[in-house]
Amino acid sequence: MDCQEIFETLSEYLDEELAQVKCRELERHLKTCHNCRVVVDTLRQTVSLYHSIPCERLPDEARLRLHKVIKLK
Amino acid sequence: MKLSVPTDEELITQIREGDRTAFEQLVSRYEDRVYNLAYRMLASRQDAEDVLQDTFLNVIRGLDKFRGTSSFSTWLYRIATNAALTKIRKRSRREKSESEFLDDVYAVKRAARAGAVLPDWSANPATRALDDEARRQMGEAINELPKIYRAVFVLRDVEGLPAAEVAEVLGLSVPAVKSRLHRARLYLRNRLSGYFTEEIEGI
Repeated sequence: MDCQEIFETLSEYLDEELAQVKCRELERHLKTCHNCRVVVDTLRQTVSLYHSIPCERLPDEARLRLHKVIKLK
Repeated sequence: MKLSVPTDEELITQIREGDRTAFEQLVSRYEDRVYNLAYRMLASRQDAEDVLQDTFLNVIRGLDKFRGTSSFSTWLYRIATNAALTKIRKRSRREKSESEFLDDVYAVKRAARAGAVLPDWSANPATRALDDEARRQMGEAINELPKIYRAVFVLRDVEGLPAAEVAEVLGLSVPAVKSRLHRARLYLRNRLSGYFTEEIEGI
C-alpha cells in the first residue's frame, strides 16, 4: 500500500471496518511514514473532538414555542 | 398496569386512536435530538428552531402515511434532515462547489507529495479542553461543508447513527455514505489543522 491508497482507507481504518490484511499493511506503513501517521492521528482527533461536543440545549422558550405551534398545550 | 416505557410504534398506535398524551410523549422523546441535529447543520439558534417546528408540523401531516417500513426515528431524522437542507437552500450564503470542496480535501495529499512535513497537532493541549473559540471554529467548519457532506457528517459523527441508517435517512447507498463521510472528515481535519497548528506555534 502506498500513501495514496492509505489516504483513501483511513476512515475505514478508524471505524475498524478495514479488512485485517489491509489493516496490518496500513499499520506497517504508518511505522515508517511520518505524514500518513500525522493524518491518521489528527483525523482520529478530529472525529473524537466532534464526538465530544455536548448537545446544544433546546432553550426553554423555544420548547414552549414549539409546543404552542403544534398545539400541545 | 403496564409499567414499561412504550415504544415509538406503540405511541403511534395510541396517537392514531386519538390519544394526545401519546403525541406529547413522542415529541418530548425527540425534540432535543431534532434541535441538536438542526443546530449542528445550520449553526444558528433561530434557524434550528424553525427547523424544529417544521419537522414536527411535517410529522403531524405525514403520520397517517407512516407505514413503518423504516423505524419511526429513521423517518423522523429524514424529515428533520430534509427540513434543514431546505433551510440551507433558502440561505443566500454561497456554498462551496463540489470541485472547490474536493480541491480543499485533497490539498493535504498534494502537500505531502510535494515533500511538506505535516504538523502533528493531535496532542495539542488546546484539544483537551475546548474553549469557546475552538468550538466556534468547529461549528463554522461544519458549515463550510457542501450540504450532502454536512448531512452525512452530522448524522454519522455528531448524532452517532450507524452508516446503514444514515444511508436510509438520506436515500444513499452505504458506500456513498462512507465515501462522503471520509471526505467530510478530511476537510474538517484540514480546517482544524489550521486552527490548532497556529495554537501550537503561538505558544
